[in-house]
Amino acid sequence: MLGTAKGEPVMSVAGLLKRDQLDVLIQTLRARGYRVVGPRAKSGAIVYDEVSRADELPVGLVSVQEPGRYRLEDSGNGRLFDYVHGPESLKRFLFAPQETLWTVEQNGEVRFKETLPEIRPLAVIGARACDLAGVSVQDRTFLKGRYNDFSDPYYATRRENLFIVAVHCTRSAATCFCASMNTGPRAREGYDIALTELEDAFLVGAGSAAGEAVLADLPLQPAHEGEITQAAQAIDAAARSQTRRLDTENIQALLFNNLEHPRWDDVAERCLSCGNCTLVCPTCFCHRETDVASLDGKESGHQRQWDSCFTLEHGYLHGAQIRPQIRHRYRQWLTHKLAAWIEQFGVSGCVGCGRCITWCPTGIDLIEEVNAIRLPAALRRRHGAQPEAKT
Amino acid sequence: MTGRLRIAVHKFASCDGCQIQFLNLEQDLLTLASRAEIAHFTEASSVTQPGPYDVSFVEGSISTSADLQRIREIRAASRLLITIGACATAGGLQALRNWKDHDEFVRAIYARPEYIDSLARSTPVSEHVKVDAELWGCPIDQRQLKRVLSDLLARVAPRIPGESVCLECKRAGHVCVLVAKGEPCLGPVTRTGCGALCPRYERDCYGCFGPQEDGNTLALGRRFRELGLSDEDVVRRLRFINGWAPAFRAGAQAWEK
Ligand code: SF4
Ligand code: SF4
Ligand code: SF4
Ligand code: SF4
Repeated sequence: MLGTAKGEPVMSVAGLLKRDQLDVLIQTLRARGYRVVGPRAKSGAIVYDEVSRADELPVGLVSVQEPGRYRLEDSGNGRLFDYVHGPESLKRFLFAPQETLWTVEQNGEVRFKETLPEIRPLAVIGARACDLAGVSVQDRTFLKGRYNDFSDPYYATRRENLFIVAVHCTRSAATCFCASMNTGPRAREGYDIALTELEDAFLVGAGSAAGEAVLADLPLQPAHEGEITQAAQAIDAAARSQTRRLDTENIQALLFNNLEHPRWDDVAERCLSCGNCTLVCPTCFCHRETDVASLDGKESGHQRQWDSCFTLEHGYLHGAQIRPQIRHRYRQWLTHKLAAWIEQFGVSGCVGCGRCITWCPTGIDLIEEVNAIRLPAALRRRHGAQPEAKT
Repeated sequence: MTGRLRIAVHKFASCDGCQIQFLNLEQDLLTLASRAEIAHFTEASSVTQPGPYDVSFVEGSISTSADLQRIREIRAASRLLITIGACATAGGLQALRNWKDHDEFVRAIYARPEYIDSLARSTPVSEHVKVDAELWGCPIDQRQLKRVLSDLLARVAPRIPGESVCLECKRAGHVCVLVAKGEPCLGPVTRTGCGALCPRYERDCYGCFGPQEDGNTLALGRRFRELGLSDEDVVRRLRFINGWAPAFRAGAQAWEK
């Protein structure tokens, strides 16, 4: 373990991998039986998709992110990981957006069948510190442990078979605030291999035995003190460049003591109740389960699907709707995410990735909403032109 | 309901596209016919049986005084009445006339206006009789239709989700065209059911499944204005296939001069 300027531990450094040798990593993973997924540029954003060669990775792209807006732009250099992130976290690889949990057939007799996911090791390249933090938050929901008496076998199977190649961020998007949530931009744990991108090479380290075994197959060169310092400085600079920060001091009392604050009505005027924020959030775990029968009535599948606290179905309990208005639903999302989560799982439900800010179609920023409740009324900013105020 | 379900499909003012979705079920239509009695479906067969029906599917809007009478008869003859498509559920594209002078159209278009018996407004079935369930879409989605039929055959309440198209986009991993391209996508205020068809092809949703259960058309209109649409553009966007549906109607009206 090496120290940084701030004295924080960084990964154990194994060496340098030249940028033009990154393909060896992909081929090594493939040879070991992993399906390899990495960043791809598609439809104007970075998404995760299969990669079979390093030259399929996006080169020289940065994401320009602001509330409700995302654009990929050329960086003018040959770097691979400056894009920061896209709408997807690691969530979809562990907690599937939609899957059949079991099926039942009736053909004279009734037979139930398990549909556990196929065991196929998956390696994901490009996960960020906030993504790893998101996984560790979801582990508390889906794996047996202090907060949970049972493991979800679907999640657990995928979790055991996931190999993570993390990238320490050396660039932050304008919507990122992981530094204030103490989750990034340096990936601390939960990865197998971590990369820091330098001018034409990656500083590489392992975070697990599996990672070490893969690194042993790579053409690494020794890393020098200068490169190690340079990498640490680049990560620190990314942290310092973050302009957003969530003030979490006393946040449970703040939100729960303000359940009737006028700001909930204000945000309800801007919120579409579309649910995008919850689905892009790496930690949101709400889901619904329904039975899908075949037309011939012979079989039926029990299906689980991502749900959101922004749907009416989600607030429908015992014949009553408990969150009939948008203000109730936005309040549910924010108070659960930032406050009730701490009671439930001992940790904030927010890892500071900023996705809910970027991917909200109307650009609602949860930090501003919290600040508006925290700050005296005079300092609150009102939003959005009303149709009456036409130009 | 016990025994074989008696099903009817009725047509009012419409293009027949939703009935075609029934016919396009192909093999599944045969499965349906083996489990239920299709008693009345003139698009499929000239043999029609009178009611009562267990389930009547109704396509088309109420557009003439004869329609007004017939929809009441169908309601009286049906245990369950389910509308199919934008016309029956929201008045359809033909409801654009609801904002205009109907008599002027009739005079301008028909040589003998006195033969024309159409109502000044095209309206959804639910404005006239009780509706038990609504299948949205222009046209309806086959998977959704199949699910509703399967649920009915299993004697459970049909499941028709009312949430936004966005949820389906995100589950499927489509990149948001509003956020990543600045397109005026209606998906956030539109009801799911199509499988996020337009965003899948990088197109903005134009709301053919009608309003979602409790979205905010006013706020989305404001966003469209920020994206560069004029007041008129916002009105046109919302006042289209499902323009007469209350949430879209109100969302458009807010920007009308
Ligand atoms: S609440 Fe928003 S910023 Fe926080 S983890 Fe979820 S998506 Fe990221
Ligand atoms: S906060 Fe934004 S993303 Fe979330 S439901 Fe409201 S409009 Fe949609
Ligand atoms: S593309 Fe349209 S429907 Fe899809 S998430 Fe974006 S706004 Fe919603
Ligand atoms: S995305 Fe919108 S317009 Fe396109 S098919 Fe679906 S509901 Fe209709």
